[in-house]
Amino acid sequence: MKADPISLLTSLGHAVTSRLDRLGLAARFAFAVFRVLGVVFLRFGLIIRELYFSGVRSLSIVIVSGLFVGMVLAVQGYEVLQRYGSTEALGVIVALSLVRELGPVVSALLFAGRASSAVTAEIGLMRATDQLAAMDMMAVDPLARVIAPRFLAAIFSLPLLAALFSAAGVCGAWIIGVKLIGIDDGAFWSQMQASVDVRIDIVNGVLKSIVFGVAVGLISVFEGFFAVPTAEGVSTATTRTVVTSSLAVLLLDLVLTVMMFRGLN
Amino acid sequence: MSERQEIIRIENVRFAYGERPILDDLSLTIRRGEIVAIMGASGGGKTTLLGLIGGRLTPSTGRVFIEDQNVPALSKSALYALRRRIGMLFQFGALFTDLSVFENVAFPYREQTDLSEDMIRTLVLMKLEAVGLRGAAQLMPSELSGGMARRVALARAVTLDPSIMLYDEPFTGLDPISVGIIGRLIKRLNAALGMTSIIVTHDLNETLRLADRVVVLSAGKVYCDLAPDDIRVSTDPFIRQFADGLPDGPVPFHYPARDYVGDLLAS
Amino acid sequence: MNRSQFDLAVGAFVALGILALLFLALKVGNLAGFDTGTAYVIEARFDNIGGLKVRAPVKSAGVVVGRVESISLDGETYEAVARLRISSAFRFSKDTIAIILTSGLLGEQYIGLESGGIPEYLAEGDRVMKTQSAMVLEKLISQFLFNKAAETPGQTK
Repeated sequence: MKADPISLLTSLGHAVTSRLDRLGLAARFAFAVFRVLGVVFLRFGLIIRELYFSGVRSLSIVIVSGLFVGMVLAVQGYEVLQRYGSTEALGVIVALSLVRELGPVVSALLFAGRASSAVTAEIGLMRATDQLAAMDMMAVDPLARVIAPRFLAAIFSLPLLAALFSAAGVCGAWIIGVKLIGIDDGAFWSQMQASVDVRIDIVNGVLKSIVFGVAVGLISVFEGFFAVPTAEGVSTATTRTVVTSSLAVLLLDLVLTVMMFRGLN
Repeated sequence: MSERQEIIRIENVRFAYGERPILDDLSLTIRRGEIVAIMGASGGGKTTLLGLIGGRLTPSTGRVFIEDQNVPALSKSALYALRRRIGMLFQFGALFTDLSVFENVAFPYREQTDLSEDMIRTLVLMKLEAVGLRGAAQLMPSELSGGMARRVALARAVTLDPSIMLYDEPFTGLDPISVGIIGRLIKRLNAALGMTSIIVTHDLNETLRLADRVVVLSAGKVYCDLAPDDIRVSTDPFIRQFADGLPDGPVPFHYPARDYVGDLLAS
Repeated sequence: MNRSQFDLAVGAFVALGILALLFLALKVGNLAGFDTGTAYVIEARFDNIGGLKVRAPVKSAGVVVGRVESISLDGETYEAVARLRISSAFRFSKDTIAIILTSGLLGEQYIGLESGGIPEYLAEGDRVMKTQSAMVLEKLISQFLFNKAAETPGQTK
């Protein structure tokens, strides 16, 4: 009978080394993708096509979610603020929460679930049916033709989606706060405008989206490209994309938030 | 018989998937214009050999020469330049599922040439006509039968008039009519375009009709390299088991196991 | 879907996104506000800046005329040094007073400028001569208690 501590250590060691291995593979893959980016811009049609499938197709879920999140923020925010008689600050807290955090983060999470998983499944399926190998044998680089456009689509889509999420959220909050609850319309907007700074809040929110786009884009194409070429392999890769992307977005959000918003006092 | 020129030379190649050795000191020479069939037991390295010739796999030792270029040593751009003169038909066609039949065949023209749309249209229709599928040009790959898909893939593979064609199990999973069609197309295209064809296959009957040479792999090496007629009359037990489809022989029926009665009686 | 339909959809998507960004910048944020235009920096020293923060507004008669650019401590005089970035559209006389005020009762602190009468104006690098520090709540309370105690002698505890 095997000594348990030994086999435990072995499997632990193996788990760590296999993850490091994969991380190394991912890094080399990322470099390879970046190297072909220049060439890909010449094939703008490919990028537009992927922008449609990843970005445009995510519009409805992002806008509707933004609307609902804004509404919930308004309800919750009002409930707390009215205890201190500061309900005219509702616009402020809703706008700052959305523009700084919820817009970039939630839209990235939604994108990871909807668009990125589809990209991983698509690329994984192309791998499983030898389409990538066939392209390679026809002397067309799959990295340039299949992978890079999808990666770029994520980077371009996310800032736009985040802005749409935040805008929808503010509108949702306005509907609840001003129209339904009865907060003063003028105070709602003027307080908001006094507190939301374009450079600090909005631009930083956009920067966050771009970083999320790079992370989510890379993860989705990587998992698809290296998926095991079977049905379970593609399915595993797809769920891995969603999980890893979500975790990456949240982790990066923490890092970026500390970097960007810590020194404001 | 005229001395044909050597076009592919495989020298002392070894290849392993991790721990498992697949090819062991294998050497093979293929001459221009030949149709060579590669046969052997499943998992015996046939597809690996195609991968080595096409440059998708790198041998651990040995060299693979195509027209005097050592494939594993080529840079990416040199490899891509070489691949423009090689066509490959994958096992199930590997058509791009998001493109129509027409677009699939047009793909190499669009990617590798600067031809006008009219020119491309003409060429694509000609290639489709050669495989008998010009009428199916607007269909999507999902609407095609297995045999049709493979014919489209064949049309796509020969678009740039390659000098070497690689076929990975072109007959597997097809009805007898389709097998006959593909077989005839392979032979005709090889002659018409002056190509050299390497076919990895299990289908002995069709192979014997097509090929100039039959190379049988076993244990990672070339077991024999004969003309079809010699295969038919061979008395070698391994070749006979292969040719006649015998269940037991040098390739055993039973997976290695314990004694039968002992296994049944064990509680 | 052909190429032109993709282009249309993506174009609409990008346009929508840019509109959202503009909405955020103009209606939600304060882009139409201050940061554009030329400005000059003046200095104001206080004994106590209270809760004043960098980027707090500088107002005159309640109108935003600038922002606090930086806050530091003078190592020798132990005064708080606030550098104020004022829009070039406004001039303040050399005898302007700078006061730290609070918006509302418990709100954010800002600097209020009350211009004086001298016809010479503050320029880049000048110092505001008269300042009034922030009111610190603890000092107010202890002052109040002290005054109260002084008013009613003989009844101290």
